Amino acid sequence: MIEKALKGNQGYWTWMIFLLSIIGVGALCYVQQFNYGLGYTGMSRDVSWGIYISQFTFLVGVAAGGVMLVLPYYVHNYKAFGRITILGEFMAIAAIAMCLMFIMADLGQPTRALNVLLHPTPNSMLFWDMIVLNGYLFLNVLVGWVVLNSEAKEVPPPKWLKPFIYLSIPWAISIHTVTAMLYCGLGGRHFWLSAIIAPRFLASAFAAGPSLLLLIALILKRVSKFDVGETATQKLITIISYAALLNFFFVGLEFFVGYYSNIPGHKHTLQYLFFGLEHDGHMYNNLVKFMWISVIMGFASLALFFTPQTRKNEKTIMIACLLMFFSLWIDKGLGFVLGGFVPSPLDYVTEYYPSFGEIAITMGVWASGFLILTILYKVAISVKLAKES
Amino acid sequence: MDMKRRNLLKIAGMSAIAGVAAPSALNLLMKGNVQASSSAGHSDSPSDAHGEMPAEKPTGVRLGLAIDVKKFAENKGLAEKCVAACHQIHNVPDFGNPKDEIKWLWIEKFENLFPDHSHYKKNEELHQLPFLAVCNHCDDPPCVRACPTKATFKAANGAVIMDFHRCIGCRFCMAACPYGARSFNWRSPREKDANGKLKFIKDLNEKFPTRMRGVVEKCNFCAERLAENLPPKCVEIAASAQAMYFGDMNDPHSEISKVLKTKFTIQRKPALGTLPSVFYII
Repeated sequence: MIEKALKGNQGYWTWMIFLLSIIGVGALCYVQQFNYGLGYTGMSRDVSWGIYISQFTFLVGVAAGGVMLVLPYYVHNYKAFGRITILGEFMAIAAIAMCLMFIMADLGQPTRALNVLLHPTPNSMLFWDMIVLNGYLFLNVLVGWVVLNSEAKEVPPPKWLKPFIYLSIPWAISIHTVTAMLYCGLGGRHFWLSAIIAPRFLASAFAAGPSLLLLIALILKRVSKFDVGETATQKLITIISYAALLNFFFVGLEFFVGYYSNIPGHKHTLQYLFFGLEHDGHMYNNLVKFMWISVIMGFASLALFFTPQTRKNEKTIMIACLLMFFSLWIDKGLGFVLGGFVPSPLDYVTEYYPSFGEIAITMGVWASGFLILTILYKVAISVKLAKES
Repeated sequence: MDMKRRNLLKIAGMSAIAGVAAPSALNLLMKGNVQASSSAGHSDSPSDAHGEMPAEKPTGVRLGLAIDVKKFAENKGLAEKCVAACHQIHNVPDFGNPKDEIKWLWIEKFENLFPDHSHYKKNEELHQLPFLAVCNHCDDPPCVRACPTKATFKAANGAVIMDFHRCIGCRFCMAACPYGARSFNWRSPREKDANGKLKFIKDLNEKFPTRMRGVVEKCNFCAERLAENLPPKCVEIAASAQAMYFGDMNDPHSEISKVLKTKFTIQRKPALGTLPSVFYII
């Protein structure tokens, strides 16, 4: 089946070469980072995780978002998702691949990564994260590939696959729960020490993942004959809207706890992220504009999704998806991880700015993810269109 | 070895592993601390504490350090001398910028070391004192709980130490440490200039290893000196001024036990339940 990715029109190949060139730049920068050390990035003693780990955290959510298609289709037999469920599974594969690349990019000693397997340490949440992420990758590769193969041969998927499909549903929840536990179990970091982190992660994941999926599906409709269908589109919009509302509700609860209790530790990071933190006569606010852009984009997207005219118009749907995706990317892929380091345990404020090379590596990983996604979607759509013609 | 005996040994071995491993694996998860459960077991698990501060049990050796801050203030330059000596014998590199900074022992102000204490109408003298910041060698260390490879672990004497060769550089321990005690080698400390001299380590101590880039490091309670029955370097230097006390806190006759019994001390962030082994006499 994979040979279907080798046949494409000019637009397809232009897109692939575009991605490959970004990957090339990222790879060159990674070689530099590998030879110099992580000081190549903007990270420091006080802000010891940067955009690599924040992208990883966000992308675990994108991967988990695929379950919003798998669950209605396989458990509730929701036929309208028949055409796009495979897209959700394949998006999960690409997202997990990006997660693993970001973790590798973030390791000080990447050649020792296997120590996590050689010295298994169940009290470390990173150990469990390694298990759930690789397990989810395996489940999605297996389910996606077998289902697509059956479709190509025009036979129903084999019965033995069912348990794996059902297992992938709680497993999707687990990947983002465990990723939240990387943060919410750390006593010294007040912003992360909140029981609502895992539900908040899941809510934002169930909005961000389907937003990206719907956006890609509508782009595919324009560049190929593949059509997700009106029913599926509308159902996805409903899922995105309510998941996003829940996410904003949870963020609001964090504000209530911080500002009503007035406990400095619970308030400082929110203050830093949304209003700027004054400390020793300096104003620290390099993320404030991003956070407000995130808020505005999120609410603008919700307005588009809840207005009957814009909810029916494909162009406005695409804009709303884009706004929602970027809103949640800033919220989780930027603010959540970076904000947690302010103030430092010794009550200093250090601001983080990614270096040029760090941004290039980050873009390279994203481009690799989109390359994987493009290949998988090309194969999936070719099979589906061949079957229908 | 004949087959029967071999099989018997196999079965015996397997059942021993199953019997021993199952409860201890559960114990690992519940306690969240590999080394503590395999060594003497210094404290109750948090679940035993019934919502109160976890109690410390006086079993096994538990090293502790008491720092008399006023003595450091009286002896000008003593704190700086401790820091310099510690960093020299441990080959701690000096990169000359805060971004790459590595420190094991350093001087802080009261408000930075104790940010959750009230600073209203602050005591001028208190806020001028040179407070030494150092790894707390917690009895329930969050860094050890977070480490995915056991590269950082608790030794039988209670010291929290690092295996630089196992560390993968994920920096989870740095995010987990509530005391900012951990540093990362953002670049190679072994870099040499054109003449083949180390650029960032001025006075190399051949007896202690230098690190490679990409690993975390921190105070090791001078494990290498304790092995030779020597006190930690900072304690040795501060001894003349009686500014530091070091020893087994579980031994009621040790000097540190007597000091802790008679003097008022404070610990950093005690509410987190990490049970620090470093005390400040003010």
